[in-house]
Amino acid sequence: MNFKRLGTIGAIAIAGTILLSSCAAASGTEGDGEASGSDLTGTLVGAGASSQQSAQEAWVAGFQTANENVTVEYDPIGSGGGRDTFIGGGSQFAGSDRAFKSEEIDEDNFASCVPGTGILEIPAYISPIAIIFNIDGIDSLNLDADTIAGIFNGTITNWNDAAIVSQNDGVELPDLGITAVHRADDSGTTANFTDYLSAAAPSVWTVGSIETWPTEFGGEGAPQTSGLVDAVTNGTGTIGYADASRAGDLGVVAVKVGDEYVPYSPEAAAAIVDASPFAEGRGETDFALELDRASDESGVYPVVLISYLIACNEYASSENVDLVKGYLSYIISPEGQSTAADAAGSAPISSKLFEKAQAAVDAIK
Amino acid sequence: MTTTTPARPIENAYAAGQLPRWAPLVMLISSLATFVIIFLFVQAGRPASEFNIVGAVLFGVVLYAVVLTTVSRLVEGHRRATDRLVTTLVALAFVIALLPLVSLLYTVVINGAARFDIDFFTLSLRNVVGEGGGALHAIIGTLEMTLAATLISVPIGLMTSIYLVEYGRGRLAQAITFFVDVMTGIPSIVAGLFAYSLIVMFFGPGVRVGIAGAVALSVLMIPVVVRSSEEMLRLVPNELREAAFALGVPKWLTVTKVVLPTSIAGITTGVMLSIARVIGETAPLLVAAGFTNNFNYSLFSDRMQSLPVFVYSSYISQGTDAQAYIDRAWAGALTLILIVMALNLLARIIAKIFAPKTGR
Amino acid sequence: MTSTAARRIRAKQRPGDRLFSGTALAAGALILAILAAVAAFLVIQGIPGIAADPEKTTLLEGTNFWAYVGPLVFGTLWSAALALLMAVPIAIGIALFISHYAPRPLAATLGYIIDLLAAVPSVVFGLWGGNVLAVGVQPFYAWLAENFSWIPFFAGPASGTGRTILTASIVLAVMVLPIITAICREVFLQTPVLHEEAALALGATRWEMIKIAVLPFGRAGIVSGAMLGLGRALGETMAVAMVLSASNVITFNVISSTNPSTIAANIALSFPEAYGLNVNVLIATGLILFAITLVVNTIARYIVNRRKEFSGAN
Repeated sequence: MNFKRLGTIGAIAIAGTILLSSCAAASGTEGDGEASGSDLTGTLVGAGASSQQSAQEAWVAGFQTANENVTVEYDPIGSGGGRDTFIGGGSQFAGSDRAFKSEEIDEDNFASCVPGTGILEIPAYISPIAIIFNIDGIDSLNLDADTIAGIFNGTITNWNDAAIVSQNDGVELPDLGITAVHRADDSGTTANFTDYLSAAAPSVWTVGSIETWPTEFGGEGAPQTSGLVDAVTNGTGTIGYADASRAGDLGVVAVKVGDEYVPYSPEAAAAIVDASPFAEGRGETDFALELDRASDESGVYPVVLISYLIACNEYASSENVDLVKGYLSYIISPEGQSTAADAAGSAPISSKLFEKAQAAVDAIK
Repeated sequence: MTTTTPARPIENAYAAGQLPRWAPLVMLISSLATFVIIFLFVQAGRPASEFNIVGAVLFGVVLYAVVLTTVSRLVEGHRRATDRLVTTLVALAFVIALLPLVSLLYTVVINGAARFDIDFFTLSLRNVVGEGGGALHAIIGTLEMTLAATLISVPIGLMTSIYLVEYGRGRLAQAITFFVDVMTGIPSIVAGLFAYSLIVMFFGPGVRVGIAGAVALSVLMIPVVVRSSEEMLRLVPNELREAAFALGVPKWLTVTKVVLPTSIAGITTGVMLSIARVIGETAPLLVAAGFTNNFNYSLFSDRMQSLPVFVYSSYISQGTDAQAYIDRAWAGALTLILIVMALNLLARIIAKIFAPKTGR
Repeated sequence: MTSTAARRIRAKQRPGDRLFSGTALAAGALILAILAAVAAFLVIQGIPGIAADPEKTTLLEGTNFWAYVGPLVFGTLWSAALALLMAVPIAIGIALFISHYAPRPLAATLGYIIDLLAAVPSVVFGLWGGNVLAVGVQPFYAWLAENFSWIPFFAGPASGTGRTILTASIVLAVMVLPIITAICREVFLQTPVLHEEAALALGATRWEMIKIAVLPFGRAGIVSGAMLGLGRALGETMAVAMVLSASNVITFNVISSTNPSTIAANIALSFPEAYGLNVNVLIATGLILFAITLVVNTIARYIVNRRKEFSGAN
């Protein structure tokens, strides 16, 4: 892991000096942060996953409306970039489609944070991933994990394959080649989707949870969620996976969980999160989840994307602490969560998680 | 005919064996008609919407080229036949280039018209979720950053090309020529990373400001400016320079008063090309200048939005109300094209004012 | 400008001359400095990527750096070559049309129309290529795969969405078209009128006049324009990323859904989620692209220099 960290630092600190010696929070941002309560002022900077962007836009709009003198900037540069920026101290919070690995946290290299105080990670953006397809005249299909894995690894190549037909009584499946569309860019959506496949269909999906699509599986690549949705919409016999809010008029797959087929819904997505334990061996304020995607529980939809908000427990500079606390509190509040649900189709976090997270946010110094 | 009307003057020898002026037109129309009819027969009974107009026109044009060349060869000889063939091909090249242009512009205008309204040019996206909002912040950002990039690149680029053409000899000139070529191959995102790391050295970590975006764009712009203006300066006939020297004009005045005005049209084209090359860049600006939904007029503090980033992010992160985002993206694209068109027109007018009168 | 046998005659150096030539020299030196900085940045950042341990770098998927970058290099060169193959003849055609065929009053307007293509941002090219062009050419690809699969290029099976490297190359060709056209047009317009008139006076047809007078004069310009276009085609990021369905393979099949990616597009697609050494690997691929451009341009320079006698300034 040492190698990784060295590389990470090198990637950001181009001149090699500034970042290594810097332990101040971003001083390039203005704002006095003196005020408290609703008189917050200043600029808060975050960066990270583009999957959160529409939710972040809604949160930013809501928070800025409530606090007129505040500006929140969220750079949708991607999870990896967001984590690196946060480590380098270029942002006060990060959005990431995965939590930091335990080894990365143990390195304790977060430039904005007081060393040794750890970080705060909240799974604040929970969004179902819909498996979408485009076949004329068919709006929904029932598929189990093995079949989905077979379609995406290139072993099931026709829509009238026995494996698909046997699960869909009464649906007339055409003799049509399957074009499986995956994300051409490395993405958290792919990581979460393949994580589900490897948990629920371990015998068919053998490559585990991946961000980059293996060449030998074939299929089409399309960049970003929008590109993928466009590719599925414009093609025929296409199937892909995308943030559920973007499913639109496309056909969607109901996924087999236990003995029933569950279509995506925010509630079912929230259910899988509630059914999952927190990862062990992490700090008290680190709410990284161990998603139980192979769960048999009734009514859960296991194909979800979890995106985290990452912040310091104790900031080296007190400048923006109030802003961070205010903004994070707003995001996890029922109001913030329902705003995101309206704007981005995400699932609200449970009240259990909310209470825990709120306590952690209140403790930020 | 001549035998029956002896009074008629002898035909011009040069006009003999020449196809009448209307012949190519008639051939074109009849070739097209032939294939339209053939295609109509082939797909008889199927709905009109399936009619393959592109195929019909394509085959029609090929037939026209063949017929025209053959007939011309028989009547006018092979030299004129070749000439006619080339004329057809050259015109065809132009038409082929128009196809994607028309298709593109049609797509952009049709999709962009939905949000091409007053709000779009007077509002930012601050506190906007879903519908509404505007792109004024992005328009300002694009104009400022592109202008700053132009102000950095054009003097450097133009002076370098003057050095290369008028002064440079030996190793240094060779090295510059060579490395300018190499610069054309810098991937834009690498330019963005470079500018970002440069700015970080001065402003501290995580800083994203407009000027960093301008620097990134300059890195991409400079080679285009150098390359195109070098080419244009080299085209200025040596006779002009020699005439100026013979009159005792100092070299620097020769360059500024004779060489530059002569090639100003070409240089302007080059500068416009370089602006068009960078004004649509997304990746480097996202890395270097960041992303924001707020107004920012200052190049030296805070993030700055730009139209390409606006378009790209509207496209990739559509919320639940996807159509609002898509409409904004297309309206942004339309605006961007209009801006470049306007700049282009402006540059051409300026060039026309300064250019000397020539034979053309 | 020419030196006499014994002693070089030097022009009188006025302050204005010194200032002017000094500024020009400084500008050239500045470019070298910028480039040195970019190169240093690439090398410092890229070296750890080249030497990266495949096991610890997720992007490499267990293979070494060269196996990772190989298909990318191929894809970059292949797509750029296809694009230039389509764009250069058409661009010369258009340039001739504007400079020598179109009626005078129309020519400027026509040139402006082609310049419009240069005004389209690459994101829009990407959107158009993926959603309009790819959909439009897909039936044609299916037809090619059906009837011409014996040609290796069209071996198929045809892509279901049309997002192939041929589509990407068409988009690239359209993107570089205005660049090449603009340079060629300006060069053709600068052909000495005397040359043209001399050819015509000798009884040459219009095409013969172009062949004798215009094309030889403009050859260096054509190569220059093509090189600028090539630079754009090699380094184009967003349009390719949005159009191409890419995997890490080497194939000459241009209509299937398995296509090699290009370096620039791959950087754009992988960069946002990259962290740690992955970033260095991606920057190292940028360094490779740098090297490719270097080689390609050296070859082109060599060609141009052999033809230097036709240009005006020496």
